[in-house]
Amino acid sequence: MKRTIPPWEVRRSLVTKAEEETDPRFGCKPEDRPLRDYVRFGVVNLDKPPGPTSHEVAAWLKRILNVERAGHGGTLGAYAGEIPK
Amino acid sequence: MTGVLPTALEEATKVIQALLVSGKEYVCVMKLHSKVSEDRIRAVLEEFQGEIYQMPPVRASVKRRLRTRKIYYTELLETVETDVLFKVGCEAGTYVRKLVHDMGEALGCGAHMRELRRTRAGPFVEDGDMVTLHDVFYRHSIWQETGDETMLRRFIQPMEKALELIPKIYVRDSAVDAICHGAHLAAPGVLSLETEIKAKDAIAVFTQKGEAVALAEATASTEEILRMGHGFVAKTERVLMPRGLYPKMWRGSS
Repeated sequence: MKRTIPPWEVRRSLVTKAEEETDPRFGCKPEDRPLRDYVRFGVVNLDKPPGPTSHEVAAWLKRILNVERAGHGGTLGAYAGEIPK
Repeated sequence: MTGVLPTALEEATKVIQALLVSGKEYVCVMKLHSKVSEDRIRAVLEEFQGEIYQMPPVRASVKRRLRTRKIYYTELLETVETDVLFKVGCEAGTYVRKLVHDMGEALGCGAHMRELRRTRAGPFVEDGDMVTLHDVFYRHSIWQETGDETMLRRFIQPMEKALELIPKIYVRDSAVDAICHGAHLAAPGVLSLETEIKAKDAIAVFTQKGEAVALAEATASTEEILRMGHGFVAKTERVLMPRGLYPKMWRGSS
């Protein structure tokens, strides 16, 4: 079988339906959020070490950053996708 | 097993569902149970591109029944004796250990997975933004000591990063708060959108400032949405933005 285009190589462009300015009084660019919100609405691209489970790694991150919740996007277990030990 | 493990904090944990279904890339060491020519290995790696059948392993987190997964590509990087280093880009939910086992069967010699490193999870790759737990600990303590926010802002990324590969529809300020309250997106609220959207596709509703408002399911294609003067264009599934950030410009039922 031949190589197929993975989702990260799909190129999309933007098309306009209507024009309107956004009001600077409401919301802000994601990178300009005040620190507390920036963290609450944040994602960390962690390099998982070998050994601990994905779940343990997420729990450590939660503790270090002193946040209430942290969840990882897809188990990278000792068994990669299988139930970790 | 090591590699890219995007981890979302607090409110951002809502975007995880988008990451769970996104494609992955791995670099893997396959141990062959006897020596095979490199041409043969190359041929089998290529054979495993495309739609494959896979039976989840005995110790799996899903029901054990034959299912198909898409392998976008495989690429041989290096062979040393019976060790084969290769790269694989695949659909979410592909069991690489199983893939390696099945490749071993196809090669006739048998094989098992020796090492695995994830090099991509959706939009997240091994780049300058990737951090180890040690980096996080260090930079967090620097921030606590000096109050220098940039230490935190450099390794924490806005949740919008996780939605980079999902097609987006940008809406008017006046449409935002209704969606935050769970309303579906109607055609007049749309300002711009990405090409190649089809009905039933997972999309993300964004503000013009680049803030994620909600995850939704498109009910029409890009072309149709461009022509539509009224009616719903996307069904809101998961609200990401808190209510009240944008003004309430819609009338409630009360």
